[in-house]
Amino acid sequence: MKIDLTVNGRAASGEVEARTLLVDFLREQLRLTGTHVGCDTSQCGACVVMVDGKSVKSCTMLAIMAAGCDVTTIEGLANGAELHPMQQAFMDNHGLQCGFCTPGMVMSGLDIVNRHGRDLDAATVRRELNGNICRCTGYQNIVKSIREGARAMGD
Amino acid sequence: MREQGIGASVRRKEDQRFLLGKGRYTGDINVAGQTHAYFLRSPHAHAVIEGIDTSAAAAAPGVVAVLTGDDLAADGIGPLICGVTVTSDDGEPHRAPAHPALAQGKVNYVGDHVAVVIAETLTQAQDAAELVDVKYRPLPAVANTGEAAGDGQQQIHEVAPNNVCFNWPFGDKAANDEAFASAHRISGIELTNNRMVTNPMEPRAALGEYNSGTEEITLHMTTQNPHVHRLVLAAFNQLAPEHKLRVVGPDVGGGFGAKIFVYAEELVVGWACRKVNRPVKWTGDRSEAFMADAHGRDHVSRAEMALDENGRFLAMRVHTTANLGAYLSTFSTMVPSYLYAFLLAGQYATPLIYSEVKAVFTNTAPVDASRGAGRPEATYLLERLVDVCAADMGLDPAEIRRRNFIPKDAFPYQTPVVQCYDSGDYEAALDQAMELADYAGFAARAEEAKSRGKLRGIGFSSYVEACGIAPSAAVGQLGGGVGLWESAQVRFNPTGNVQVFTGTHSHGQGHETTFAQLVCDQLGVPFENIEVIHGDTARTQFGMGTYGSRSLAVGGVAIAKACDKLIAKGRKIAAHAMEAAEGDIEFADGNYTVAGTDKSMNIAEVAFTAYVPHNYPEGVEPGFDENAFFDPMNFSFPAGTHICEVEVDPDTGVVEIADYTAVDDFGKLVNPMIVEGQVHGGIVHGIGQALLEGCRYDSDGQLVTASFMDYAMPRADNAPDFRIGYAPTDPPHNPLGVKGCGEAGAIGAPPAIINAIANAIGVSHVEMPATPETVWRACQSAA
Ligand code: FES
Ligand code: FES
Repeated sequence: MKIDLTVNGRAASGEVEARTLLVDFLREQLRLTGTHVGCDTSQCGACVVMVDGKSVKSCTMLAIMAAGCDVTTIEGLANGAELHPMQQAFMDNHGLQCGFCTPGMVMSGLDIVNRHGRDLDAATVRRELNGNICRCTGYQNIVKSIREGARAMGD
Repeated sequence: MREQGIGASVRRKEDQRFLLGKGRYTGDINVAGQTHAYFLRSPHAHAVIEGIDTSAAAAAPGVVAVLTGDDLAADGIGPLICGVTVTSDDGEPHRAPAHPALAQGKVNYVGDHVAVVIAETLTQAQDAAELVDVKYRPLPAVANTGEAAGDGQQQIHEVAPNNVCFNWPFGDKAANDEAFASAHRISGIELTNNRMVTNPMEPRAALGEYNSGTEEITLHMTTQNPHVHRLVLAAFNQLAPEHKLRVVGPDVGGGFGAKIFVYAEELVVGWACRKVNRPVKWTGDRSEAFMADAHGRDHVSRAEMALDENGRFLAMRVHTTANLGAYLSTFSTMVPSYLYAFLLAGQYATPLIYSEVKAVFTNTAPVDASRGAGRPEATYLLERLVDVCAADMGLDPAEIRRRNFIPKDAFPYQTPVVQCYDSGDYEAALDQAMELADYAGFAARAEEAKSRGKLRGIGFSSYVEACGIAPSAAVGQLGGGVGLWESAQVRFNPTGNVQVFTGTHSHGQGHETTFAQLVCDQLGVPFENIEVIHGDTARTQFGMGTYGSRSLAVGGVAIAKACDKLIAKGRKIAAHAMEAAEGDIEFADGNYTVAGTDKSMNIAEVAFTAYVPHNYPEGVEPGFDENAFFDPMNFSFPAGTHICEVEVDPDTGVVEIADYTAVDDFGKLVNPMIVEGQVHGGIVHGIGQALLEGCRYDSDGQLVTASFMDYAMPRADNAPDFRIGYAPTDPPHNPLGVKGCGEAGAIGAPPAIINAIANAIGVSHVEMPATPETVWRACQSAA
């Protein structure tokens, strides 16, 4: 079946099967491969995108459910090569190593800001990151990145 | 120091692409005409295959081919190999059962590869796989490490009686027994080292392409060592001649050991793409990673220490049973032997050490190196034992360590277990860690915790590891089939920018940054003009890859040597151009200067001259491009002390890591920001092992923990912020003065945490993972 939606501010459409997951639609049809797949049980958060302003694990959502929605992926944040403040904070604070969990971490970070504001304490960020797994960083610098990114988003 | 040279916390070059979502991992790559592979795996831990009927699957929509072990054998594609020989106590090499990439007549673990279905789409391949009819005759399974070699156990491989791969005693047993017989006291411990699933966040994947015109196979895959994969696939698996096989490890989402090995899937993809003459792509999912990635650890051990009346260690003896799984993975045999028993001295001057390692087969996934590989197992056993000794002797855990440390003036220090430690100052690290952790204030904190109904405990771990793997001659003596040097090529382009080709592979470590800093410092070239290239056998000259915290300590030195050659060549070119004697040319900060004059020439100009040699010294080759190999003279020996403070809730058994301090000796730091990130990640990996992660098979060999829902990975709220310090010493064998830092946290953390929990509860031992249930039971037993 055919779906129409908005992805990173642009109209997009595609033919999908009923069982096609949003993450597979984004990756395989739109070739937005920044959104990753790290598990098959909706545990890791590597696939987090924004759907109508809310963070969603795109492996838990069927592509057809996103019809008519406004989807933002990691590719939709920067202004050309100029990083979004949240992305910049990850770079400045060494919030990534292999980069595989990173798109999901950045998107979850933005969602935490949406829900808790820009003045975040570490405990809140650690708790809110419960749906995202990183094997590389030990999280400390991710937490720091999100807190700093949140502050910088006001500037 | 240049602003972006050695010692600067330079922002990483690789981050921009990852943050923009422009990384290029294997799964991100699609090519025209590609097909998709899906592996049919064994649902049984142990079974005879009485027949496979692929006809219905082959006729299903979109199916290109259904291939089995017979097809593989018919094409002469060899079994998977183990590259390190361990000699068993009967004088024979370890028992090595055949390890076909697709089963031949028998399956030996849940997830074992039975057939591969190749179809136009992945869903078609998955759907068709359900139509493959496999007749299994299940056999009893062996899943328990400690019992695998026991009487009456089901035999897994004919070549391995009693399921034993090797029995490997090491050390002077008679002298050891004597020391024990006359000891003041003997302290002992029995423990398991829990089995772990390595779980890099990117699951394994492979994309094979065959060009019938050139007869070349290109294999993009999740690899930590592209050339090693090419070498083994060509030389031992007969996939293709080495010069007709290109292995590319593009961006790789973490490895931690799991992507070192040659697995069935990547081999089958490489073979199948030629067989069906279409590109074949396989993207593993997490369930497959749980089932069929090589796992880590899985030891059952007992250890004893003979002590004198002052708490000095006289002798240690160890017996370990190590589970190697159903087949031997690529480097599996060396993990519980050379990487384990040779580290049992730890930081202590124990004069006698005797160990026996029994390696066994079970009907579980193969076990091989996983972050730390052997060294975490040795450190955990030793550092737990030391705490038991301290309790038995009524000594403070810091004091018993201090009394037994190898003194700082004793380096290089020959241990009784082969290794000769390069440099160290173990007391300095201990002192700094105690200071950072405010050890003096612990009693007051414990008292305060008590008022809140919590049990607060403190635990030490003083570890040493062997990195910078490895001197080739030592590898050869130990039965390894490779040399473990590293290679580099440093190429100036005529326009003055520099490309650095390294045989190591970066999958999170940040080599593109760290190595650029080295070159920036040494050649005086601006950081932004340097590009580090790795991970493609068609672009880089050769290399042994990344594992064992070797990349900087071995690969970095190769780069420095290539830079030295460039500098030397440039001196000739500059001397000629500036009409001076070569001996009068000085090189510093990117400039060749005629000594005592203001005449100088930048290295970029020299490079240009080398490519446009119109006015050029006689006998000097044009071009400005040098390569170098470096074979280390010794391992490097990072060491340190970690101190963990926990709070245990005795009502629930929940453990909170209240504070964590790590003070490490990594030698010189090139990029402190990156080093600290490695330490953080390692510690949390160790927290995972200590508190959360435990891979379980039931008695039938079914994998109980096959997803992130059953296997608990450490998450952001499982750890506090860490206190990090460094107590560097200068390793004399390493020209850069570096030691390696990627595994330290995973090695140091588990014993520090368990020692803290045992201290909090007042018991002698708690098994890992110290889940709330385990800890609650320990609290009950202590009460
Ligand atoms: S891929 Fe969606 S949560 Fe893991
Ligand atoms: S940076 Fe590698 S998994 Fe998070």
